[in-house]
Amino acid sequence: MIRLHDVTLSYRGRAGEVTALAHTSLAVGKGEFAAVVGPSGCGKSTLMKLVTGLIRPTKGKVEVDGAEVTGPVKIAGMAFQAANLLPWRSVLDNVMLPLEIVAPHRGRLGRERDAYRTRALDLLGVVGLRDFADRYPWEMSGGMQQRASLCRSLIHEPELLMLDEPFAALDAFTREELWVVLRDLWQRLGFTVVLVTHDLREAGFLADTIHVMSARPGQIVETRRVAFPRPRPLDVLYDPAFTDLVHSLRNKIAEVRQA
Amino acid sequence: MKIAAEDITPVAFTVALFVLWEAACLLFRIDSFILPAPSQIFAAMVQYWGPLLRNSFVTLWTTAAGFLLAVAFGIGLGVVVGWSRAIYRGLYPVMIGFNSIPKVAVVPILIMWFGIGEIPAILTAFLISFFPIVVNVATGLATTEPELEDVLRALGASKLDIMRKVGIPRTGPYLFGALKVAITLAFVGAVVSETIGANAGLGHLMVQAGSNFQMPLVFAGLMALAIEGILMYAVFAVMEKRMVSWAFRSSMSAAG
Ligand SMILES: Nc1ncnc2c1ncn2[C@@H]1O[C@H](COP(=O)(O)OP(=O)(O)O)[C@@H](O)[C@H]1O
Ligand SMILES: [Mg+2]
Repeated sequence: MIRLHDVTLSYRGRAGEVTALAHTSLAVGKGEFAAVVGPSGCGKSTLMKLVTGLIRPTKGKVEVDGAEVTGPVKIAGMAFQAANLLPWRSVLDNVMLPLEIVAPHRGRLGRERDAYRTRALDLLGVVGLRDFADRYPWEMSGGMQQRASLCRSLIHEPELLMLDEPFAALDAFTREELWVVLRDLWQRLGFTVVLVTHDLREAGFLADTIHVMSARPGQIVETRRVAFPRPRPLDVLYDPAFTDLVHSLRNKIAEVRQA
Repeated sequence: MKIAAEDITPVAFTVALFVLWEAACLLFRIDSFILPAPSQIFAAMVQYWGPLLRNSFVTLWTTAAGFLLAVAFGIGLGVVVGWSRAIYRGLYPVMIGFNSIPKVAVVPILIMWFGIGEIPAILTAFLISFFPIVVNVATGLATTEPELEDVLRALGASKLDIMRKVGIPRTGPYLFGALKVAITLAFVGAVVSETIGANAGLGHLMVQAGSNFQMPLVFAGLMALAIEGILMYAVFAVMEKRMVSWAFRSSMSAAG
């Protein structure tokens, strides 16, 4: 689904050129749940922008769905640490925002408003927000806003979901709740996910593969397959094998931060 | 309808101020030529209600005309400036520089160009009030969260889509904040221009009354200005509350 061939990306900033990524290669299969972990500032967000086509590589090639990325990919949903819901729209209208933009839907939305509404309400139901559809974002907790943000990123049924530290601002309990929400959404809808996180437990619980990045200029220095069977219950977090995985990832990160 | 203490206090304070003023004038025997007592001012307002009303309308219309020009121009230029962060960063200092020129200094030039009359007043009102609108609209657009823009661009949104769905609605609180300031400024501009060179308007009336030593009438004009100014501000404050109520309740209370 995603392929990066020897990609280098340099930003031209005020303080000269900053190489965020150098000779990075990465492959993520269709329907795979990939996690990217690494020290802060190593180019994880840059990687996300490259894959979605928001920026173009300085060198190398990015492919999504078999075609080279030359502009915004249009099959991706994105969510970030900040939910960024529009305060003048109700939760339902926020979730339906992508439908007003993405190609086949924007033309149909006027005629098939009710069908789309039902679809949005169903999706809100999956994340436990059905009763909050008519509320406004500022009436909801951070965790609820992030659930709505996830729904917004999935309403147009994208093949690719890009998540950039989506749960980083939440408390530990809410975060675990949302891991379960995301796990269930993914198992139900079967999209491909790239999840950037610095929570190693989050990566271990959710992902099929974990890619570890080095400090800037970023590179993938290690790729781990996570073997725990699906569906994974939260109890897997207390499995000794899980603790070992987190521990060895932790050491790896400490090592690349030194370097 | 229940009336809360908060609603009464401004009225009570105003009344108390007039009472104090009246008492001071009586007590210290202040010459009505220096400071007329409120009773004399109200008497002048009753006596001259015709000219006061006529000139109030002139000032109202020049203010409104200048203000509407400023809104149209200000929003247009604001959208251009706020369109991209690069334009915004380049033009913002230039605009602030322009805005620091005292517009009053331009009035004599306008009078020389357009002659004594309503046009200099309208243009002064326009000049003085349109910068806050440009700056606020541009700021509202240029400060759209970059991540939200990324979300939409990754869906294939054009710049125009992003402006329509996010930029322009989120400018609302900035715009209304600016309109409240701008209407007050336009009013100041119109009146200043009228006092320098005009043949109608409250500013003109006050200058005339002053040169005829009719102090109570000067103050009556001042009173009419105060009433007009408060009414105009109130209209926009109410409109703002109605139209962008979300901004008062969400954390994004941005206007300023
Ligand atoms: N638009 C930009 N212009 C210049 N430098 C940038 C820009 N965006 C990111 N960088 C730099 O590139 C590096 C990687 O950034 P980023 O991808 O955001 O890292 P991460 O998400 O892993 O924390 C950082 O050193 C950052 O300062
Ligand atoms: Mg980042």
